[in-house]
Amino acid sequence: MAKITQDAAKVGAQVGRSVPRLEGRDKVTGRAEYTHTMRVPGMLHAKLFRSTVAHGRIKSVDTSAAKKVPGVVAVITIDDVRKVIPDPYYGPAFHDQPILADGKVRFVGEPVAAVLSFDPHIADEAVQLITAEYEELPAVFDEVDALTSKVYVHDVLKPAGTFADLKHLKNAKDTNMALDYRLRRGDFDKAYAAAAHKFEHEFKTQKVLHLPFEPHATIADYKDTGVTLHTASQGPSFVRTEIARLLGWQENKVRIKVPYLGSGYGGKLYIKLEALALALSMIARRPVKVALTFEELFYQITKHPCTFRIKSGVDKDGKIVARKCEVYWNGGAYADIGPRVTQKSGLTASGPYDIDNVWIDSYALYTNVTPSGALRGFGVPQLVWAYESHTDMMARELKLDPVEFRRKNIMREGGEHTTTHILKDAACEKAMDTVLERMNWSKPFDKGKGVIRRGRGFGVAIKAVITPTTSVAIVNVSADGSVALYCGTVDMGQGSDTAMAQMVGEVLNIQAESVRVVQRDTDVTPYDMGTLGSRSLFHMGHAVKRAAEDAREKLKALAREVGEPEGSNIPIRELFVKRYGMQAGNVIGSGIFKPDYIPPAPGTGLSKNVTAFWMVSSAGAEVSVDTETGHVKIDKLVNVVDCGKPINPRIVETQISGGATMQLGFTMFEKMHLDGGQVTNASLADYKIPGFHDTPTVMENVALEVFQSNGPFGAKGVGEVATFCVSPAIANAIDDAVGVRLTELPLNPEAVYRAIRAKAGKPLEDE
Amino acid sequence: MIAARTINFTLNGAPVTADVKPHHNVVELLQAQFGLTGARETCGQGLCGCCTVIVNGLAVSGCLYLASFIDGAEVVTVESLDAGGKLSPVQEAFIETSAFQCGFCTPGFVLMVTQLLDEHPDPSDDQIKHYLTGNLCRCATYPEVMQAVKLAAKKRKGA
Repeated sequence: MAKITQDAAKVGAQVGRSVPRLEGRDKVTGRAEYTHTMRVPGMLHAKLFRSTVAHGRIKSVDTSAAKKVPGVVAVITIDDVRKVIPDPYYGPAFHDQPILADGKVRFVGEPVAAVLSFDPHIADEAVQLITAEYEELPAVFDEVDALTSKVYVHDVLKPAGTFADLKHLKNAKDTNMALDYRLRRGDFDKAYAAAAHKFEHEFKTQKVLHLPFEPHATIADYKDTGVTLHTASQGPSFVRTEIARLLGWQENKVRIKVPYLGSGYGGKLYIKLEALALALSMIARRPVKVALTFEELFYQITKHPCTFRIKSGVDKDGKIVARKCEVYWNGGAYADIGPRVTQKSGLTASGPYDIDNVWIDSYALYTNVTPSGALRGFGVPQLVWAYESHTDMMARELKLDPVEFRRKNIMREGGEHTTTHILKDAACEKAMDTVLERMNWSKPFDKGKGVIRRGRGFGVAIKAVITPTTSVAIVNVSADGSVALYCGTVDMGQGSDTAMAQMVGEVLNIQAESVRVVQRDTDVTPYDMGTLGSRSLFHMGHAVKRAAEDAREKLKALAREVGEPEGSNIPIRELFVKRYGMQAGNVIGSGIFKPDYIPPAPGTGLSKNVTAFWMVSSAGAEVSVDTETGHVKIDKLVNVVDCGKPINPRIVETQISGGATMQLGFTMFEKMHLDGGQVTNASLADYKIPGFHDTPTVMENVALEVFQSNGPFGAKGVGEVATFCVSPAIANAIDDAVGVRLTELPLNPEAVYRAIRAKAGKPLEDE
Repeated sequence: MIAARTINFTLNGAPVTADVKPHHNVVELLQAQFGLTGARETCGQGLCGCCTVIVNGLAVSGCLYLASFIDGAEVVTVESLDAGGKLSPVQEAFIETSAFQCGFCTPGFVLMVTQLLDEHPDPSDDQIKHYLTGNLCRCATYPEVMQAVKLAAKKRKGA
């Protein structure tokens, strides 16, 4: 076998090494390119006039004063859009979102009109001169109300046709339900009725935001021969498909370019500003930039608020025999990817527990608020918050040790997941045990005294990666032996470029640092389903590995062709010279990956092969509660994840601590306040996110040494997994400290103090 | 239309001239007229630190600092730190400790840490946290930034 080498990197030296990020120099020097700070020649700026009512019929929009402002190029409403895009509706699951409000507005902040100018300040000023009259309609805000409300956010449902389980909703009327996922295993009713102990709890999560520090931005440059979009997107391939559909064009006339992202966390998935930017550029026949301000992020996309009603039946030995989960997802005014969140997280709603009789209903619901989408966990953090709080509450009431209660019920390797999928490479118990070890759980614990009381808690969780999805990669070896990788995974900070380069380096036996990862450009980089749900390292990782292996085999063939003996050590550049007479030619390898999958059976939601891999994590928290103020200090947070083999241990650690700290914000203080549908804290001054002083006093992050047997080099994703258990671990610790149980996030000082007062029989008055 | 006025200032050591309107802030000026995008507007309220620039030796929020006010001032941006192609010790430390993810807030952190180490060459954990309270990182790479500051302090002493 020809041993084609260059620069003599050691075999096995690329994967598992903490390679410094490839883009590090560009980022620390301020030279990395982002869409939000990008300009193209001749570009106009768009500013948006937004709805001030949550639900209403548009009676009139008066743009006359705005049009008269010197420097305004155009003021555009849906009537103008329709002239260039006759059916101006978009979305990944439903074609329900109009490019600009069309006859109705469905949430406060919905774009109604756009002003174009060379000067963004002029566009801003002109927006202030637009007026609209609405006939206000009753609105529905709460996800549980939405299920039975006679207020309907949409007159008719319009599934996009992409997902088989939404087809039955075509032309559905008089409903706010955008998906109902059901799982039925065993006989819940019978088992619950017979159970020795019965528990029923309700948990809620609040509306929180991604708040990427680079707000959403898109520049569209339309020409009759083709369109180019520069966009801050986590999914260039999907954007291309959707833009081509809106135009009625072939995809090869649509070019999507994505530089680095100032983060995404799920907020820049599928299609966001791209359709609007396209329409504005078509009308203006110039490049148009739409870039959100920080305030406007509150009107773009949020995490799903969720109500989770959970019932469990437990037998006399502490075994959970029945569980019913009713999960209501507040999807906001447009479905975005909510139906997928509803289904893909719904199938793990009963948690990492081995329960024979399970009933799950998971409902995606339309409401009159800012749309909800995926946020670092695709719904799973909301579920874990509920089921791991519930688990602790049951143990407490049954006077069982919370560790032993979980140990009695936890799913084990080789056992059946609720869906009937056999569990493999999912270290649930090991993750829990590692947390307990790091917390010295078996040692005496200082519970504090006087005003400050201390407590500790933990949780364990499982997630199924979204399946099935496809990734394609190309590896290009140039005649000087240098290697470029073409893949559509978007590096938004998670370090994917570096990890993918390490995989290429491992296969081709070259330094990862020498691999060039080509910037995302759909004219150049092949298809990828999207950078989401911790899928990239596994799916794109396989494609990249296959592409590199393909290139390696072609290099070997080239060596044979030029008469090199087996095992030859000839440098690659000499191979090309031998074959082509000079430094010329390329070797191109390609790889494609799509995992096997069996869709959940209609009716039961069961499947023997429901996911490509499982993500598992556990977290433990030690807290100090000030009983006079309700203030909770996180003394220690331990985060343990099973991410398979870490490709880049340093980046993995940052993903763990970053994910956990983000979830700490969602747990302790972040909340988007709404009053009659109006957002009342749409600024960083009024919506607090974690800063230096909010980090736990001690934080330990552990990636278990577990091998993912079907993963590339034994690896799987790590982007979301550390978020799962933070909220219940802290709520369980607060209960341990002061004996109060909070069932709604955030766990802010007011909520804690109110609960302490209520427990003491001296409740505070409502606001 | 409001008239622009001409201002003169020093940008990263070089004298420059710009036409600014009263409502222009420093971030817009640097991006639109000088092609410098290291200072970025995120929150627009001077709370996140992404827009940090140094004016007359003091770190300020470029999103709140009106461009007119830098007339006659000395302005330093992140783009000056690797003059001649050599990274500063702080920049090296950020790379070596992987003290960033998406990188959008990183230039602000790098400038602020540089100023921190000018004032406190050997800062304590509390000093670091206090000094960097005005810099937020949504990716939450705070533990790594802490390590970067300490490594940078060491590097600067060795230099």
